[in-house]
Amino acid sequence: MKVVILGCGRVGSTIASVMCREGHDVTIIDQNPDSFRRLASDFTGTKIVGNGIDEDTLRRAELDKADAFIAVTNGDNRNIMSVQLAKVRFKVPKVVARIYDPIRAAAYAELGIETVCTTCVGAGLIRDKVLGREFSSFEEYLRLGIVNASMEADHERR
Amino acid sequence: MSAADAMYVIVVGAGKVGYYLTKQLLQEGHEVLVVEKDRKTAEALAEELGDIVMHADGCEVRSMQEAGMGRANVVVAVTGDDEDNLVICQMAKRKFGVPRTIARVNDPKNEALFQELGIDQTVSSTRIIFNLIEQQIEASQIIPLAALKRGEIEVVEADITPDSPAAGLRIGQLELPPNTLIISVIRDDHAIIPHADTKLRPGDSVIAMIKSERERELREIFASRKA
Repeated sequence: MKVVILGCGRVGSTIASVMCREGHDVTIIDQNPDSFRRLASDFTGTKIVGNGIDEDTLRRAELDKADAFIAVTNGDNRNIMSVQLAKVRFKVPKVVARIYDPIRAAAYAELGIETVCTTCVGAGLIRDKVLGREFSSFEEYLRLGIVNASMEADHERR
Repeated sequence: MSAADAMYVIVVGAGKVGYYLTKQLLQEGHEVLVVEKDRKTAEALAEELGDIVMHADGCEVRSMQEAGMGRANVVVAVTGDDEDNLVICQMAKRKFGVPRTIARVNDPKNEALFQELGIDQTVSSTRIIFNLIEQQIEASQIIPLAALKRGEIEVVEADITPDSPAAGLRIGQLELPPNTLIISVIRDDHAIIPHADTKLRPGDSVIAMIKSERERELREIFASRKA
């Protein structure tokens, strides 16, 4: 599949390198050309320097022809905005955003945007490892994050 | 203003726009809360404005709850980042049911996108300034008076000069673009409600309602040939 990835940090560069090796047509976008050094040496995909919430950049990445779009920049809001841009403007069939904030992840999931909250998933996996449990489910992990965050909020309001 | 007209307005972002907006709203008697992410900026502002300044990340749901977003009449997001302004307004709308959300937009291209994504109103100073410059350069005889339906429909004024193609023609003879309505003709300071037989004379001003994208076609009918 043709996949466009926004953000060439640790996660973005890993997804790009792996999917490229698996034979997918990968395009990766980052504002900073230095970030591309994180890509595997055998990466043969396209690298684009630009701002991922700018329609022109996404058009240069041929997002209109993409089967999937992945937003994994450091900014939750940047990821949220770019996936909505991909859905609304470029009609990309599959979009996924990485969102650190559990509540924001849940709120946008409700709006039909596929989100991965790495905070919740990471916390859940580590908990399971410590307790010697099998992998629970992503749904349960997400719930852990939301419960935590909203309880804290309740506590502070009191 | 009576107390009943006073609104609770949450302003996110205490840059220059947020600052002057807050001061103006306070002056008008509204209840305002400013949310600012940067501690120093927030503290400096709190010294001037008191406890209506909250140091927090306006994108965090927890800060939104603390800010009492649930009872806000209007949420205005005027940070320097379009993506933050989008998320603030979307969360305000969807999570807290805020009736009116206004986002500042830096890249004018984002205005249409934001509206598609449910933001009630957007303001792009980039576009406003650009439009002003365009109007100057084109020196057209079409002056926008008002924009309705998020700018989809415009009310414009066109002056009929001696060399306008429309001068001397009856309104019924004009080849107007579709969906155009001539509302009034101003002649010698009097407003005439025109009909198909009303003849346009040099010196008249025509007030028309048009779809925004048709403005250029209308200009060709009224603007002088020399232009």
